[in-house]
Amino acid sequence: MSSTFDTVANIIAETCDIPRDTIKPESHAIEDLGIDSLDFLDIAFAIDKAFGIKLPLEQWTQEVNDGKATTEQYFVLQNLSNRIDALVAAKGA
Amino acid sequence: MRLEYFQLIDRIVELDLAKRTIRVEANIPEQSTIFEGHFPGHPLMPGVLLVETMAQTSGWLIIGSIRFERMPFLAAVKEAKFRTFVTPGTKLDVTAQIVHDGSGYSVTRAAIKASGKAICDAELTLRIMPFPDPGFRTRMEETGRRIGFPMEALTDG
Repeated sequence: MSSTFDTVANIIAETCDIPRDTIKPESHAIEDLGIDSLDFLDIAFAIDKAFGIKLPLEQWTQEVNDGKATTEQYFVLQNLSNRIDALVAAKGA
Repeated sequence: MRLEYFQLIDRIVELDLAKRTIRVEANIPEQSTIFEGHFPGHPLMPGVLLVETMAQTSGWLIIGSIRFERMPFLAAVKEAKFRTFVTPGTKLDVTAQIVHDGSGYSVTRAAIKASGKAICDAELTLRIMPFPDPGFRTRMEETGRRIGFPMEALTDG
């Protein structure tokens, strides 16, 4: 069974045509991989479907815009994967 | 349908917010300056306008599902297929279904038929954003009433 990170990395590789071996847990989706907001909608759609969740993108964006969070907290892939795990766990609770 | 004004939907025939589906009627006019160029002597409804027709249909469905609180804007078109030519005077039967409600966006599957025959279909992504100004929402509500948007559906459930 693949890890959450592997699933996310595979989605990004396929959606954005980025070589899979360049996508690391420490990669920042925007700053390192150059993913823009439109591509991130595609990624969010694929993640939502793969994990049966709804990534709260609007809430995250608002928190970053308000200075309450940094983009690293949401868009570094290991952090993103941890948040997906938490959303999946919350759904099953 | 007034092509030059991008008024592509003539009438909302059916809106089911529980099933997240919509059906609209869109009648291609016999005359339009667009047909003078597309193509001279062989008038055809442009594929981009068929996509726009599906996008507007999806937009009315989404704006209904969010009770006119924000505005859907077309963000992506995928797997658009144009299966047959469409000529002036054709009556289009357009349907859309929300297949995913994301955070700040929705994905729909939309299709157009004419006399039961498949014309085109696509998967569309629409970003859902705040209205640029209050007047925008008012104009959307006015347009909705003009094309038969069932405002009472917004208060049900």
